[in-house]
Amino acid sequence: MNFFFEVLIGGLLSGVMYALVALGFVMIYKASGVFNFAQGAMVYLAALSVVGCMEKGAPLWLAVILAFAIMTLFGIATEKFVLRKLVNQPPIALFMATIGLAFFIEGLAPMIFGSEPRALDIGIVDEPIEYILENFNMVISRFDLVAALVASVLVATLALFFQYTRVGRALRAVADDHQAALSIGIPLQNIWAIVWGVAGFVALVAGMMWGARNGVQFALTFTALKALPVLILGGFTSVPGAIVGGLIIGASEKLAEIYIPPVMQDLFGGNFGGIEGWFPYILALLFLLVRPEGLFGEKHIDRV
Amino acid sequence: MLYREAGQFKTTYAADQQLFPIRQDRIGVITLLLIAFIGVPLFASEYWFSAILIPFLIFALAALGLNILTGYAGQLSLGSAAFMAVGAYAAYNFQLRVEGIPILVSFLCGGLTAAAVGVLFGLPSLRIKGFYLAVATLAAQFFIVWCLTKFPWLSNNSSSGVISTQQLIIFGHELKTPTEKYLLVLSIVVLLALAAKNLVRSSTGRAWMAVRDMDVAASVIGIKLMPTKLLAFAISSFYCGVAGALYAFCYLGSVEPDGFSLDMSFKILFMIIIGGVGSIMGSFLGAAFILLLPILLDVLLPFFAGLFGLPFSSATVSHIQILVFGALIMFFLIVEPHGLARLWQIAKEKLRLWPFPH
Repeated sequence: MNFFFEVLIGGLLSGVMYALVALGFVMIYKASGVFNFAQGAMVYLAALSVVGCMEKGAPLWLAVILAFAIMTLFGIATEKFVLRKLVNQPPIALFMATIGLAFFIEGLAPMIFGSEPRALDIGIVDEPIEYILENFNMVISRFDLVAALVASVLVATLALFFQYTRVGRALRAVADDHQAALSIGIPLQNIWAIVWGVAGFVALVAGMMWGARNGVQFALTFTALKALPVLILGGFTSVPGAIVGGLIIGASEKLAEIYIPPVMQDLFGGNFGGIEGWFPYILALLFLLVRPEGLFGEKHIDRV
Repeated sequence: MLYREAGQFKTTYAADQQLFPIRQDRIGVITLLLIAFIGVPLFASEYWFSAILIPFLIFALAALGLNILTGYAGQLSLGSAAFMAVGAYAAYNFQLRVEGIPILVSFLCGGLTAAAVGVLFGLPSLRIKGFYLAVATLAAQFFIVWCLTKFPWLSNNSSSGVISTQQLIIFGHELKTPTEKYLLVLSIVVLLALAAKNLVRSSTGRAWMAVRDMDVAASVIGIKLMPTKLLAFAISSFYCGVAGALYAFCYLGSVEPDGFSLDMSFKILFMIIIGGVGSIMGSFLGAAFILLLPILLDVLLPFFAGLFGLPFSSATVSHIQILVFGALIMFFLIVEPHGLARLWQIAKEKLRLWPFPH
């Protein structure tokens, strides 16, 4: 039983890390209706910028500020050179453009900062908390708890930002209908620049947490693939959905990885590890069949 | 002057409905086929066959498959490489386990198996669409590759799922040289491309396009969404499956599941974006473009670096390749969303008026 809970809690905590990336997707989708496939590449770029600046001799705080500046500039450039030209195109075209953007970043970032894997030290050690280890005999990392804390703060801030600020309201208006928002005088371009700036910030946070945990390397771009089922499960437009989806995906995938392969081994023989790779997708897919808009997504009504 | 349909009158229904209504087009297509079937085998070297022409034809076929699904029926798929894998492994297993089955029949069976799997993963498209569906096809991508790695039966108990394909024997004659393989691939691709060209202008093709443009409206005017969408998935996966079988048997000879990666799916998607979404010829143009670009960059980049005296490593070349791919995708989507095929169409329209611009 203890082991079950250990796996469960470990899964929930890693789900928080997925949610961090998924948040970036939700941000952009909510505010501009673009499904940004490049979010994983942005996480990579952000983490590389931090490490790259630190290698040039900048202290951590300066490197983070510099990286934030880079991400914001990058977001504004994306808005100016790509998205602005694609206004009123079908959403699928925008999606494919972000796949192109992802490739662009994946080629550009290592050219600037180098492609070799590096460690990122943000001053939190990834070791078990003794108190829990002694009293409950469970291994729970201090790092995971910090990550969970960071994610909760981020979510709370974003939710408040969307709900109560002028900019947040403008963001939601733009997401509902580009043209309607333009016609009542919301400056579409500024709004999109802000969105991409915020998404860059979310990518920076995610990149630092993931980078500190697994090292800064190309594999960070795959965080996007981890975040997609989370997004689907939670609904594209919901900030809390990203968190809940992340927790469900994280927990279920770890439990599946521990408990399903032995069963399959008994049935078919052979080694069936690596279920983690596809289990979240199939889970999300099955869920979609029941509720096509995700847990917290908005129901979309089609009109001819 | 030369390319003009003036004076070509259609006097029968058959003439009105033919595949290439303009005489110059027919002559062009026939010339192209003659060059491909007779001219190329006479002059091309082995390197050209095995490194450029065969993969070009195979990827063009896969792109054609994806184009039917995404370009005509409007269902975005990121799992085309997985369906290629299904085709390759199914064809291998049919060869292995069915006594005396002809190789072409096992290609066909590979395609049909891929079609069945495609329908299975297409089922969610009845409930979900757009981005959600794209993620559902990612499930196919990861799940299928995992299955092929983990179930040893599928790869005849080879370690890590690598298969070495059987000999290509057609009517008692074994195809060994690249030229023979090229001719086999070319024949299959030409047949399937003509079939696709015919299919998309039939009532099925028009139903697909109606679903693509707006599925609610399509169902209002009486198109049954379920069979239409599933048929698109089936035929698209069939094309991808045959392409996968050819990829394994005629191109590489030995494949592993991890070779059919997400990157390959993206490559095929890029082919149809650059070539032209919703165009048969675009699939060919896009495949040629995407396959030739890295070769071109491999030659050009070190040359330019040498010209300016910059230090250059192979890692940088690969980074620049990825970057150029990404940039091109965005460029095409912004400047010419209908791809190279549209450019060709514009050129033809200009030719009709030439030398008088109005």
